[in-house]
Amino acid sequence: MLRKNKLFIFGLIILISFSLLAVFAHMIAPYDPSEIMENEIQGPSVSHWFGTDDLGRDILSRIIYGGRVSLSVAVVAVAVALTLGILIGSIAGYFGGLFDEIIMRFTDIMLSFPTIFLILAIQSVLSPNIYNVMIVIGATSWMGIARLVRGEFLSLKEREFVEAARAIGCSDLRIIFRHILPNSWPPVIVAGTLGMAGAILTESALSFLGLGVQPPMPSWGNMLMDSQAYLIDAPWMAVIPGLFIVLAVLSLYFVGEGLRQSLNPKEKQ
Amino acid sequence: MSKLLELKKLSVHYQNNKDIVKAVTNVDMVINEGEVVGLLGESGCGKSTLALSILRLIDPPGKIYGEILWGGNNLLNIPEQNMQRIRGAEISMIFQDPFSTLNPVFKVGEQIAEVFRVHKGSSRREAWKKAVEIMDKVHIKDPADRAKDYPHQFSGGMKQRVAVAMSYSLSPRLLIADEPTTALDVTMQKAILEVLKELKTTMLFISHNIAIISSVCDRVYVMQAGRIIEEGTPAEISNDPKNPYTAKLVNSYKEISI
Repeated sequence: MLRKNKLFIFGLIILISFSLLAVFAHMIAPYDPSEIMENEIQGPSVSHWFGTDDLGRDILSRIIYGGRVSLSVAVVAVAVALTLGILIGSIAGYFGGLFDEIIMRFTDIMLSFPTIFLILAIQSVLSPNIYNVMIVIGATSWMGIARLVRGEFLSLKEREFVEAARAIGCSDLRIIFRHILPNSWPPVIVAGTLGMAGAILTESALSFLGLGVQPPMPSWGNMLMDSQAYLIDAPWMAVIPGLFIVLAVLSLYFVGEGLRQSLNPKEKQ
Repeated sequence: MSKLLELKKLSVHYQNNKDIVKAVTNVDMVINEGEVVGLLGESGCGKSTLALSILRLIDPPGKIYGEILWGGNNLLNIPEQNMQRIRGAEISMIFQDPFSTLNPVFKVGEQIAEVFRVHKGSSRREAWKKAVEIMDKVHIKDPADRAKDYPHQFSGGMKQRVAVAMSYSLSPRLLIADEPTTALDVTMQKAILEVLKELKTTMLFISHNIAIISSVCDRVYVMQAGRIIEEGTPAEISNDPKNPYTAKLVNSYKEISI
């Protein structure tokens, strides 16, 4: 089933190669990402495949190291968001009542802030480094997942197999995490992959605004920011990181969709 | 014969701000060791609610009143944790609809193994082995292979066998079978009844079908609108009903079967 899904395969190949590039960046990158060459703003050539930037740094090396930063931000941020979202959503959905009301109103309040401004506000208080970026993005993007999980739980907890699980003596926690949660994986995984795509974009936006990953550490977002003054003279400086962001986000969408289909046991055979 | 379970003035009420719905009212019932007791009644009369209340599985706003005596304890007074130890191990239940009682994302073997994991703390592999054994006991062919299938790959009758296997896996002292054959076609009904009879366990068998009740039960309670209105052997109930409602119920079956 999954093997026949060409978009899934495409996405997976892209993501695996990006991850390999990120993990082995120090071995693969032809230059040090912060090393300044003699020729700045040079177009793509044999010695610099993607050209050099305004300070004369090799863009290919910066893309490879930037991928390490952008992807790890995405992974950690989504892990934080999933953990918070699943915990909050499942407990609210399963137990219901006043508890649910309080938690969900809190979620609504969090949702009512425009995320990017919330992040900007938090980031301007904290020192803008890569770890804070990860946690802040995660801590401001769990609400959608919490709502999704709660919705799944509201409908799943009424199903008869939950009553059957209670009848064989399962505790509430076991029912939540072992019997109901696996049934809600498909939408959660889709939300997780989309969230990862979103986190890459948010990280880029933050770095673009100067509140994310700080130079000289490269990220795809701050490479875009560096390029804006040279859009006409050196379009590759903008196009190349932009292309990598688009490819990464698109691949995550394809993989998420493929997983959603394959996780449905009815479509397995 | 010794008393295994005794219900004294058991009532289940659902209450909201305005009014009370009395689903079950003042039910007295005794189930002796080794007996198969039938609970007969039309749909909506409170049979399933009564069954669920024995396991204390009534959700709020429902409330259970009275006494459920089990081995000298009143099940309504013990903490929830102790109740969880009783469910599935000492008293277990088979539900009406095998299509919805199995969890669609787990392999069938895993679901049966879950009982051993919850109650015996068995390892994954050990529980799986026991699950396969118990599947063999309810006559599922090639249990080692079938255990790896998902519920949607099973027919309705096979699913109900799995449900029977799950509820019987720890040899409970009481099995509550809530219309276990209603959702199945006639040949499957027969097969499931055979399996249940083979288990030779104390059972509370719930059905609206007097023919099925007569074929499996030693003693029958007849329920109407949440109350027990008659008690007797299946022969007494069908040949010489004391209560006019029982007579009607019995007759309506005779009419349909003609």
